[in-house]
Amino acid sequence: MNIRKLFVSLVRDETSQSRKFFLSCIPPLLAIFGFFLLCGVVVYLRGQGALEFYRIILLSGFASLDDFGYVLFNATPLIFTGLAVAIGYKSGLFNIGCEGQLYVAAFAAAWMGMHLNLPVPLLVPLCIGSAMIAGAGWGAIPGFLKARYGAHEVINTIMMNFIAFALMNYLVTSVYQEQGQMIPQTPQIHEAAQIPRLASLIPILPQSNPLNVSFLIACVCVVFCYIFLTYTRWGYELRLVGNARDVASYGGINPRAVTVWVMALSGAIAGLAGVAEVMGYRYRFLDSFSSGWGFTGIAVALLGRNNPFGILAAAILFGLLNKVALDIDILLGIPRGIFFAGQGMLIIWLVCIEGVSRKTDTFRI
Amino acid sequence: MIFELIPSTLRMSTPLGFAALGGIYSERSGVINLALEGMMLIGAFGYVVGTQISGSTWIGLLVGTSFGLAMALLHAIATVTFQAEQVVTGIGINILALGITEYLLPTPQQVDGLPHWELPLIGSYSFMVYLLPILMIASHIFLFKTPWGLRLRAAGESTEALAALSLSRTKWQYLGILLSGLFTGVGGCFLASEVHYFTKGMTAGRGYLALAAVIFGNWRPLSGVSACFLFGFATALELANRWNIPGQLLHSLPYILTMVVLVGFVGTSRPPASLGKMKS
Repeated sequence: MNIRKLFVSLVRDETSQSRKFFLSCIPPLLAIFGFFLLCGVVVYLRGQGALEFYRIILLSGFASLDDFGYVLFNATPLIFTGLAVAIGYKSGLFNIGCEGQLYVAAFAAAWMGMHLNLPVPLLVPLCIGSAMIAGAGWGAIPGFLKARYGAHEVINTIMMNFIAFALMNYLVTSVYQEQGQMIPQTPQIHEAAQIPRLASLIPILPQSNPLNVSFLIACVCVVFCYIFLTYTRWGYELRLVGNARDVASYGGINPRAVTVWVMALSGAIAGLAGVAEVMGYRYRFLDSFSSGWGFTGIAVALLGRNNPFGILAAAILFGLLNKVALDIDILLGIPRGIFFAGQGMLIIWLVCIEGVSRKTDTFRI
Repeated sequence: MIFELIPSTLRMSTPLGFAALGGIYSERSGVINLALEGMMLIGAFGYVVGTQISGSTWIGLLVGTSFGLAMALLHAIATVTFQAEQVVTGIGINILALGITEYLLPTPQQVDGLPHWELPLIGSYSFMVYLLPILMIASHIFLFKTPWGLRLRAAGESTEALAALSLSRTKWQYLGILLSGLFTGVGGCFLASEVHYFTKGMTAGRGYLALAAVIFGNWRPLSGVSACFLFGFATALELANRWNIPGQLLHSLPYILTMVVLVGFVGTSRPPASLGKMKS
């Protein structure tokens, strides 16, 4: 008996849930380790000290509460997009359209925030709600086209991304552009629609820190997704359609209906990333504000193994990486591209492991 | 009026056409290729770097094409050998290409373009513009009139048929993906050679647009490249900025059309039967 077979039988027959969980953590941890190792080697090859590089990585995220605040701030939209991708993935759908969904949602939030002048307890839920509805609508269209006509959701979400970019660009340059501004952005939203910064609640956090309450919303969303997926009827239906479509329809679940509402839910959660940007940080809609959060969300979901808490951890890691990327650019003159390249390698490596484990039944969750 | 737009239409649609041909090879062999964007970007990057270092545009073309091939090889290893999710791998490759090219960003220095050929009546265009229709017809003949094309298509349509002939699906899928890297890399070279420099993220979604053309053209070389001309025309119209049509509408027109065709409201677009299917 070779080692691999032994290993496989260990995983399969092991009754202990915790050991299984431990094994499922190995690939992402290896991937992260390999990622940092690779970056270190690249830095070393450039003739700069790799140790200095690792020191900056640690310092950049954890030197002070302020730094860590930035890390969590960077992580906030990625938590939402990661969850959105994961929810789709659990039911066998690829939502590549988070980018478009979050733009549409962000614009909806900005529009409501600009035009309505209501007290806070009315306006904030109204803005968030309309953003979620906009995101859900943008996601539900590909879902519906898949359910009704069998059109592949990957293609349609990609197309919807580009349509959203063009539409938002039109709205923000031709209709709602701020007067007397060259920048393609809308006027500021009303103060009542602005989500407060955590610095105003936690005195030890510097006032300049952009971390805001939308991070707490993201944490709530993580818990919600976990409970939703694990303990509710809908979560069960969603997972069943993803794992065994035929069994699901035999059991009286309508997989087509599930496809539509899963895409809508996924779009709504992706839309919250737009809310975090518009209501929590910039207080206005700026054209092409997202630096590929929808796509990074795929990496986050993969690294977090589609588990909501795993996604939270993975998003914080990516938030750290974004901050580190800025710092090493300033301190060591290393272009941020190195982290994009690393992120791409990370994705490819993780899907390769998943592909192999599908064949051998190892590392499955 | 329309005739004024022909030169810019040709310039806009040629890189799309090459990438679309690439996409057709890969998707016909059953592998979803979202990596067209990354392959094109790295091709453009390779052209500029190769030309800057060697001083010869031909070397640049060679380097750009081989960079595209290298990305394709990565895609093939991941999706065929390791059976990784094709969609996610494609996205990963796009991010990787974006990162590598941003990290190694070449000096912003003009490079020479590929040679232009003057033809009577048509005008003076890069020779690649003339190459595209030839390759389009050659691809059509290869895919639909030769036994090799039949086998490549069988890898995407019916795995059982290939197995019955005891042919390896792996081999044909590798061929399909590598051809897609070759063509898309060439498309990237053309893109860079026309603007004479490299900027980060310069493909700006052209790979995805080419993919849309593949679907719009029903996974066939002749109609796929024709779709590229249509899309290129829409872009040329947008750039010409006449008749008061919002540019954004023209910009999103190809995507809307593709969705309409994919859904089957107008005409039908049927993907290869085993597209995206893993080894069982």
